[in-house]
Amino acid sequence: MGFTAAVITFPGSNCDRDMAVAIETITGGTVHRVWHGDAALPAGLDFIALPGGFSYGDYLRSGAMAARSPIMQAVIDQAARGVAVLGVCNGFQVLTEAGLLPGALLRNAGQRFVCRNVALTVGTSQSLFTNGWFKDQRITIPVAHHDGNYFADAETLDRLEGEDRVAFRYAEPVNGSQRQIAGVLNAAGNVLGMMPHPERMIESAQGGSDGRVLFESVLRAVRVTA
Amino acid sequence: MKVRVHVSLKNGVLDPQGRAIHHALEGMGFAGINDVRAGRLIELDLADDVSDAAIEDMCRKLLANQVIENFSIEKAA
Repeated sequence: MGFTAAVITFPGSNCDRDMAVAIETITGGTVHRVWHGDAALPAGLDFIALPGGFSYGDYLRSGAMAARSPIMQAVIDQAARGVAVLGVCNGFQVLTEAGLLPGALLRNAGQRFVCRNVALTVGTSQSLFTNGWFKDQRITIPVAHHDGNYFADAETLDRLEGEDRVAFRYAEPVNGSQRQIAGVLNAAGNVLGMMPHPERMIESAQGGSDGRVLFESVLRAVRVTA
Repeated sequence: MKVRVHVSLKNGVLDPQGRAIHHALEGMGFAGINDVRAGRLIELDLADDVSDAAIEDMCRKLLANQVIENFSIEKAA
């Protein structure tokens, strides 16, 4: 059976189409578009993506309302069963608010919305999302966020580093994130949240294709375990 | 029953908004400002039989994110 993915759309998501196109283009698989109000996900998913945007207008806290929407219980169930779950930007905020990833995303330290390509280093190649890179490899992926300042207490940060769960770090100052963290994995390694947008860097017309590697990595990992 | 929930950032969590307000106040010429922390006030109008435990549950599950925020509950007389 081919690669099967779902992209969740919340009210205010705006990177959902880009995400669906990236997954389709790179994996050649089937992408189901799922509305936040749905209670169930399609059967047999290999991959679930929570896209960027401003779900619920960032009311209360970024991602807070979306994390309590009906579809999220299904996402939490699938994550517990080992399905690969990626949250980008607002999707990362939703995953922390839903308790699938530790920490929180605060307002950028510089108070400003940051929208530009940034240099990242790959924190680990030992994950299903990053197996196509080398550890410490320098890559370029765009960011576009106001609340990307990763915060967790020192004990949590030590644990993330000790367990090889920092997927990406900023290689330059961007938003004040603790220990320059740009993306983190859950303990089982099948949930990744990241502020940079890999789906916006998949072909030369977008200024680079470093983001492709993430989707290629997921595809490779799913094929190995299938 | 009117209930006010005060949500504030925990000590040690950077508050860029509070810092910006601090700088703005100083820029306007106000002196003696040691620190500014910005929070959120949520006013709930609840049925009288809603329990304290249920209100706390609302705070923990949605109104505050306890990774970064504290909350306090004030019941209006």
